[in-house]
Amino acid sequence: MTATYYDVPLLKAPVWTWEVPLYMFVGGAAGGAAVIGSIAKWAGADGTLARDAKWIAAAGGPASAALLTADLGRPERFLNMLRVFKPQSAMSVGSWTLAAFSASSTAALMPRFSAIGAPTSAALGAGMLTYTGVLIGATAIPVWNENVRVLPIHFAASGIASAAALLTLMGHDEPALNDIAIGAATLETLVGADIERRESPALAPLRTGTSGWVIRVGGVLSGPVPLLMRTATRKRSWRTLASVTAIAGALLTRMGWIAAGRASAHQKLSSAREPQQPVAKSA
Amino acid sequence: MPTTAFLTDSTLCIGCKACEVACKEYNQVPADGYEWSGRSYDNTLQLGHSTWRHVAFLEMDTAFGIGGNSGEQISWSFVSDVCKHCEHAGCLEACPTGSIMRTEFATVYVQPDICNGCGYCVVGCPFGVIDRRPDDGRAFKCTFCYDRQLAGEQPACAKVCPTNSILFGELDDLRARADRRIDELHARGVEDAVLYDPRDTSVGGIHAMFIVRGDPEAYNLPAKPEVPTIYLRDAWRSAAAAAFFAIGGTALAFLARAHNSVGRQPPAVLRQSAVGGKRAAADRLRLPDANRQPPIDAHGETGDDRNLL
Repeated sequence: MTATYYDVPLLKAPVWTWEVPLYMFVGGAAGGAAVIGSIAKWAGADGTLARDAKWIAAAGGPASAALLTADLGRPERFLNMLRVFKPQSAMSVGSWTLAAFSASSTAALMPRFSAIGAPTSAALGAGMLTYTGVLIGATAIPVWNENVRVLPIHFAASGIASAAALLTLMGHDEPALNDIAIGAATLETLVGADIERRESPALAPLRTGTSGWVIRVGGVLSGPVPLLMRTATRKRSWRTLASVTAIAGALLTRMGWIAAGRASAHQKLSSAREPQQPVAKSA
Repeated sequence: MPTTAFLTDSTLCIGCKACEVACKEYNQVPADGYEWSGRSYDNTLQLGHSTWRHVAFLEMDTAFGIGGNSGEQISWSFVSDVCKHCEHAGCLEACPTGSIMRTEFATVYVQPDICNGCGYCVVGCPFGVIDRRPDDGRAFKCTFCYDRQLAGEQPACAKVCPTNSILFGELDDLRARADRRIDELHARGVEDAVLYDPRDTSVGGIHAMFIVRGDPEAYNLPAKPEVPTIYLRDAWRSAAAAAFFAIGGTALAFLARAHNSVGRQPPAVLRQSAVGGKRAAADRLRLPDANRQPPIDAHGETGDDRNLL
């Protein structure tokens, strides 16, 4: 006899497939781009940078909605997401944030509405950057809820890094963009170090198995690698390469976190002694 | 309407699985396949999208009060598991569509005409009960026979139970009855009988309680189930801090760089605040000119303003 019933997992594994981690990447990058675009415009930076960033944000909104709809068990009922607003459900808050973000980032592109649309989409973009961390953190899955404080910071950092990386790959090379990428990569490095430092049996899926590999490789690609590439040399080609690794890292870590959730639900984390007898000893 | 509940007394269960069958038949739950688990006489193994009552079969040494006449033979302990219909239900809190609701009997019910299969309730349940049915796309779990209760009937599983191991009634009555039953069992020498009703956790108690012998975890009843909404405060705090840093950091980067690299001109916002009035407006109008300079590559081999931020 073991501590759980025939080693049958106590929890149900997340049913989400590849669409959800890909959405977390697209939504994060779009949110980050909205923040960068609106602030660049406000601060009087190069106009093409702000324009391109706003286009990324505006394209990312509908793409996010499409990915999330594809993941639903009943995609034709996607509008039910906006049937109620429930502050206690991060999925509800997220759906409304995404809907409002999509609308405002489209408005930000129209000259007539951009004065309201741009700041609104930047504020909601900050929500897009962070809420996915709340979404998976506030669940019954141990590896997620044990990282509930880290996840929003981690997703925000890699989201804005992805936006900066996409803009770099589109040919923008503003120093401010480089500074943002360096700041995000620094945060990502710290987040990775924090996760590696902590000791808890629930964190095993971040270190072992497929999910462990994916998260660790992703973490290195989004943290220390772009940080070194952007600080150690001033060559533009290295900044381009750093952007590629940052994007790959952001994608991999998100896939890793969902895979870790699946592994965590099936992990034996009983507080009971084992092996043990549920009832009495031999007669 | 009364708050209704189940009390499942495993010491009375004979493992006949009539509850599993009655639930499937009454609720027209699809079959979950002929799969032999090799785990005693239990081939369903767990609650799920198509198993709303599940009878667990535990094989153990013979013990007082549980079958078996010979020390060499194993004895069985059975318990019929079901959705706990929590006081603070993780699935209900998580549901973004409002499909999962609290009924007038204080039970937790998934409205199948609203659920869009987002799957968030699956990770919201600390008991691993609710799940998404792959060929249907929606999430399913025990309905507590909501329709039968509305018609004044008891749930199918309780109705069919031949030993009264599954009791249905008002929550307070059943809690009192459970306490009496535990006392009775203890008085008879069944000292390891316990009531499983995690009222001291954030779940705040359950409306489907269990009397089991020994450690509830051996029956996959978690020792400390928590409703995931308790993590929300920390999560949103962290999210707010992250959002603040993202906006603040980006603004800082652009302001500092604009000040130092764009033709030695202060950025529009700084000029505006410094001068104000019509001149600021005029400056703002001229701003595109200031920015139409050739792009400045501050990272050029000779660039020296990389250290400024």
